[in-house]
Amino acid sequence: MPTDNRPVRDGPCPAALQLTIPGHAEAVSAGLRALLDARLLRALPDEGRGTAELVLAEVLNNIVEHAYARHSGEIEVTLSRDAGGILCEVADTGLPMPQGVPPAGQLPPLEGDNLPEGGFGWHLIRSLARDLEYRREGGRNLLRFRLES
Amino acid sequence: MELRAREQNGILVVHVQQDRIDAASAIQFKDRMREVTQDNPACVVLDLSQVAFLDSSGLGAVVAVRKALGPDRVLELSGLTPSVQKVFRLTRMDTIFRIHPSLPDGLRDAD
Repeated sequence: MPTDNRPVRDGPCPAALQLTIPGHAEAVSAGLRALLDARLLRALPDEGRGTAELVLAEVLNNIVEHAYARHSGEIEVTLSRDAGGILCEVADTGLPMPQGVPPAGQLPPLEGDNLPEGGFGWHLIRSLARDLEYRREGGRNLLRFRLES
Repeated sequence: MELRAREQNGILVVHVQQDRIDAASAIQFKDRMREVTQDNPACVVLDLSQVAFLDSSGLGAVVAVRKALGPDRVLELSGLTPSVQKVFRLTRMDTIFRIHPSLPDGLRDAD
């Protein structure tokens, strides 16, 4: 179920799809469901589909929480199949990544009484996605990565 | 957030009857867990066998529940589905929580 007025472009050939999602939490949940229901990701084996869902959820939630912390905007997700797997391109017009690079995703230390409740997102993204690239261009954040298909 | 809690043999078993604990539902999950654990059970087993998807916010919520229970009370997990298991493994949280493959015999539902 797409969450805005632009439908998922998901033609008979399941090679690519594009979805624009409003940059807030509820829309991201619904947008994620729409992506997962699209043919390109439905065709993946269960494990790959689970991984795709997790990586996309982390990426989209980070955009809502950080990039759009001060103003709202849209998130444009394009998925396409290529020789290396599923290429994911995610664009937003929010704040740039701190220091112009995505976080290293180092796991926070797990210590007895003071267990971390956050800081896992980029660790999961970097553990599960490949060929991650980020650039800032024309006021947009452009993140690209591959998921194994 | 649908939770069903049942005390049995001094252990509170909480079944999460929803297929996701994610950024959109993490706060609700924490609030509901606070409600069902307010009688201070010594041991809580969280049955996640119906949860197909948990993201880093959901993981943070489970950690927060453990911390809210305090050092004298125990939170154990049960029935992690493969994708939830993966999140615990990748974040090494599987080394922090005691995780049962499924609910121990005495704690299964009668229904």
